[in-house]
Amino acid sequence: MTPLLFVIVVFLISIFAGFLGSLLGLGGGLIVIPALTLLLHVDIRLAIGASIISVIATSSGAAAAYVREHLANIRVAMFLELGTTMGAITGAYLAGRVHPRFLYILFGAMLGYSALAMLRRKHAVSLDDSISRVSEWLALGSSYYDAARGELVDYPVRRPLLGLALMYGAGTASGLLGIGSGALKVPAMDLGMGLPMKVSTATSNLMIGVTAAASAGLYFARGQIDPFIAAPVALGVLGGALVGSRYLGRVEHKQLRRVFIIVLLVIAVQMIVKGIR
Amino acid sequence: MNIENLISMTLRTGVLLSIAVILVGVTFTFIHHPAYFTSRPALGELIDAQENFTSSIGDVFRGVALLRGQAIVMLGILLLIATPVVRVAISIILFAVQRDRRFVVITSAVLVLLLISLVTGLGE
Repeated sequence: MTPLLFVIVVFLISIFAGFLGSLLGLGGGLIVIPALTLLLHVDIRLAIGASIISVIATSSGAAAAYVREHLANIRVAMFLELGTTMGAITGAYLAGRVHPRFLYILFGAMLGYSALAMLRRKHAVSLDDSISRVSEWLALGSSYYDAARGELVDYPVRRPLLGLALMYGAGTASGLLGIGSGALKVPAMDLGMGLPMKVSTATSNLMIGVTAAASAGLYFARGQIDPFIAAPVALGVLGGALVGSRYLGRVEHKQLRRVFIIVLLVIAVQMIVKGIR
Repeated sequence: MNIENLISMTLRTGVLLSIAVILVGVTFTFIHHPAYFTSRPALGELIDAQENFTSSIGDVFRGVALLRGQAIVMLGILLLIATPVVRVAISIILFAVQRDRRFVVITSAVLVLLLISLVTGLGE
């Protein structure tokens, strides 16, 4: 393969990764890493470096639209980023002290459990009607215009402290393993805090950029970011995310959940396999 | 102007800037190395994990001064990495203008944690 063809292939795959990632609130590592390693025989170290860039590109590319349209809740995102950044630091500290094999199996199991829990609750159900004092004190609740339903949807934010704790775990996972940042965040907001599915994926999108930026310095300093791979990844993912973010408002919650659950199961299996091998 | 639009504009500016810089970098790379259009073996070096890719900010700027394509790409990548950080920093100002003291504290804490993580990573 010539360098020119490589750039074009990576660019096209990245457009798809950015499109899917922007809708599901995931970073696109799910697509970028296997495509680079299995299809294009790129070393895993460089593929992980490229996937960090993919996460930041998905986040910044999509969140510009989500924030403006109020699909992403910036107050919830800022509050929960306390947990993810603390987790990222913990993860960096633990790296090398904990066996990754054990972590892959642990987080794979957690993702599998989240997928099944989301499957059982097919529709957004009211958990309990009490809205916590913390949520009121921080004025976390908000509203967004749902283009698929054609109405303004008011939503409360439940159990913010549970959400914060789950985000600490999600941040630790992504600090340690470099992946799974969005896959853990969306269920935490959807199941844990009772946010509408679209708000969960859009807010996750806004947050994953910060989580990834927190560890990007490390990957850059280790020389894991190859500009020749990162360029088409960044350009493709940004393009895909800019387009994808125009569709989220019009997607039905049910469809979004269904696709998310399938993708979550795929990631869970990937992680468990990686842990067992 | 409301807080959402300003944050959205920050993200959009960062994204468009990095797209522009990366495109310039890719163009320079191919202009300086016409072999990349046709040579198959050339790809091996470009995606070789043993290769030492630029890993300090100083090296990136020195490369940019020499108009090296790959260094310009890396500058664009660094702009992309900086975008979420700038977004958090600007949020602090916006919350301060709204006199939302609770969120000024929360957002400042996030920025500090983010910078600690980023800087210790760079220092490794």
